[in-house]
Amino acid sequence: MTLRRRGLDWLLNAYAGLALIYLLLPIGVILAFSFNNPVGRFNFIWNEFSLDAWKHPFAVEGIGSALEKSLQIAALSTIFATILGTLTALALVRYEFKGRSPVNFFIFIPLATPEVVLGAALLSQFLNWGTPQLGFATILIAHIMFNLSFVVITVRSRLIGFDRSLEEAAQDLGATPWETFRLVTLPLIMPGVVSAALLAFALSIDDFVITNFNSGSTITFPLFVWGAARVAIPPQIYVIASMIFLFTVAMMILTVWQQRRAERMAAVRPDEPTAPDEPTPAVAEPATA
Amino acid sequence: MASRLRKTSLPYVLLLPGLGFLLLFFALPLVYMALESLKTGTIDTGFQLTWEFSNYTEALKNYDEQFIRSFEYAGLATLIALLIGYPLAYVIAFRAGRWRNALLLLVIVPFFVTYLIRTLSWETILSDSGIVVNTLQSIGILSEDGRLLDTTVSVVAGITYNYLPFMILPLYASLERIDPRMLEAGYDLYGRRRDVFRHVTLPLSMPGVVAGTLLTFIPAAGDFINAQLLGTPKQFMIGNVIQSRYLVVADYPTAAALSFLLMAFMLIIVLIWARIAGTEALLGTEGERA
Repeated sequence: MTLRRRGLDWLLNAYAGLALIYLLLPIGVILAFSFNNPVGRFNFIWNEFSLDAWKHPFAVEGIGSALEKSLQIAALSTIFATILGTLTALALVRYEFKGRSPVNFFIFIPLATPEVVLGAALLSQFLNWGTPQLGFATILIAHIMFNLSFVVITVRSRLIGFDRSLEEAAQDLGATPWETFRLVTLPLIMPGVVSAALLAFALSIDDFVITNFNSGSTITFPLFVWGAARVAIPPQIYVIASMIFLFTVAMMILTVWQQRRAERMAAVRPDEPTAPDEPTPAVAEPATA
Repeated sequence: MASRLRKTSLPYVLLLPGLGFLLLFFALPLVYMALESLKTGTIDTGFQLTWEFSNYTEALKNYDEQFIRSFEYAGLATLIALLIGYPLAYVIAFRAGRWRNALLLLVIVPFFVTYLIRTLSWETILSDSGIVVNTLQSIGILSEDGRLLDTTVSVVAGITYNYLPFMILPLYASLERIDPRMLEAGYDLYGRRRDVFRHVTLPLSMPGVVAGTLLTFIPAAGDFINAQLLGTPKQFMIGNVIQSRYLVVADYPTAAALSFLLMAFMLIIVLIWARIAGTEALLGTEGERA
C-alpha cells in the first residue's frame, strides 16, 4: 500500500515536472538562440555560438526605435491605468453606492472580450472620428483601456482584506481625509498598486493584437517582430526578448522581496511584547505620566 | 449636510475618470462597430449605413468553417491545458512546501517573454529538422516526411502553451484555499485517496476549474497569432479572418459583423459558465461588503 502510494506520489511529481518543462522550454530556446550565429535569414536552426547579437543588439534597422516606442507607451499607459484603476478600485470596495454591481460587471467585460474585438472596435471608432491620427496617441489610448480592468481587479483584491480601523484611528487622531489617504491608506495598499503597475507594464510591452489594429504607421517592438517574422528573424530579436525577460524577472523578484520585508516588519509591530526588564519605549511614557 | 453630500458623492468622483475612460474607449467603440457592421459599400466608394442585417448571415455563412475551427481548437487547447495544469497546480499547492512561491514564479515566467517570440520559438522547436520531429520519426510515430509545423498539432500546441498559465493560476488559487482539515476529515472517515480527491478536493477546486477554463478558452478562441505563425490558411481561425478583413482587405462591415458574432458566442459561453459557477466566483468579488 505505502509502496503503491509512494509510486503514485512519484508519478504525480514527475508529471508536474514535465508540465514545468513544457512551460519553460521555449524560454530556454530563446535564451540559447540569442547566442546563435544563424545561417540564412531565419534564426531557426542552431549553427554556432556567437556573442555578436548581444554585442550589437540594435544593429538591425528599426529595432531600436521600435523598442523605444514600446517602452514609452508601456511607461505612460502604466502610469495612467494605475492611477485611474486604483481610484476605481477604491470606489468599488470602500463605498456602497447605487449601481455598484453593474459597474463591477462592466469592468469585467473587457477582460472577457477577445483582443481582436477590442482592437477592431477601437479602430472603428477612430476611423469614424477621423481623429486622433492613428499612431502613438491611439496606441496609448488602447493600452490604457485594456490595462484598466486588470489594474482594478488587482488592486481590488488587495483592498478587500484591508483593516479599516487603521484609517479610523488616523481620523480620530485628527488627520484630514487627504492626510489619512496619503499616510495610512496609500502605504497599506501600495503592494497591490505596485503589482498592478508591474502587470500593466508587462501587458503593454507585450501587446500585439490591439496595437496592430490601432498603430497606423507607428511600429512597436511586437509589431517589428511581426513584420520580421515573414521576412527575416535576426538573433537580435531574441536578444531583446531575453533582455526584456531578464529585466522583468529582476523587477518581479525585487518586488516580491520588498513586499515580504515590508510584511515582516508590519507583522512584528502590533503585538510585539515588551519585555518587562527592557526600558519602556519613549512613546508609551506620556500615557502613564 | 455638506459633509453628508460629499460622502455620498465621493465614490462617484473616484469612479468617474476610470469608468469614463472605459465608457469612451471600450463601450462607445462597440457602438461604432455595431453601426459599421450594418453598412454597405467598399473602401473606395465609402461605406453607408443601410441597416444591412444580412451582413451577419452572410458572414456566418461564408466563415462558418473558421468559426467552428476556432471553437474546436480553443476547446481542445482548454482541455489539454486543464489536463496539464491541474496536476501541476495540485503539486504546487499541496506538495511544494517552501518552494511554492518559486514554482509559481516559474509558471508565470513565460509571460515575461514577448508573446510573438514565445510563439516563434515553437517554430524552432517543432521545425522539420528539429529534435522533436526527428525523435518522433525515429520511433515511428511520425512518417519519414511527416511534419509538425503547419499542422493542427502545432497550432493547438501553441495555443495551449500560450494560455496555460491562465489555467494554472486560478486552479492553484482555489486548491490553495482548501482547508487541510477537510482532507484529514476525509481520511479519518476511511476515505481512500481517490475518494477524498473525488469527493473533497475536486468539488472544492471547481471555482478554479471554471475560472481557468474560461480564462483559457476566451483568448484562445479569438487568437490568430498561433494559426498565422505555426499553421497555414487551412488552420486559420476566426481571428485571422477578422484581422485580414479589417487590416488587409478593408472590408469593415464583414469584419465588424464577425467580431460581434464572436463576442455573442463568447458571451453565451460565459453566461452558461456563470450559471454553473455563480457570478461571485467568476467576477472575483467574493468577500466584498454586501
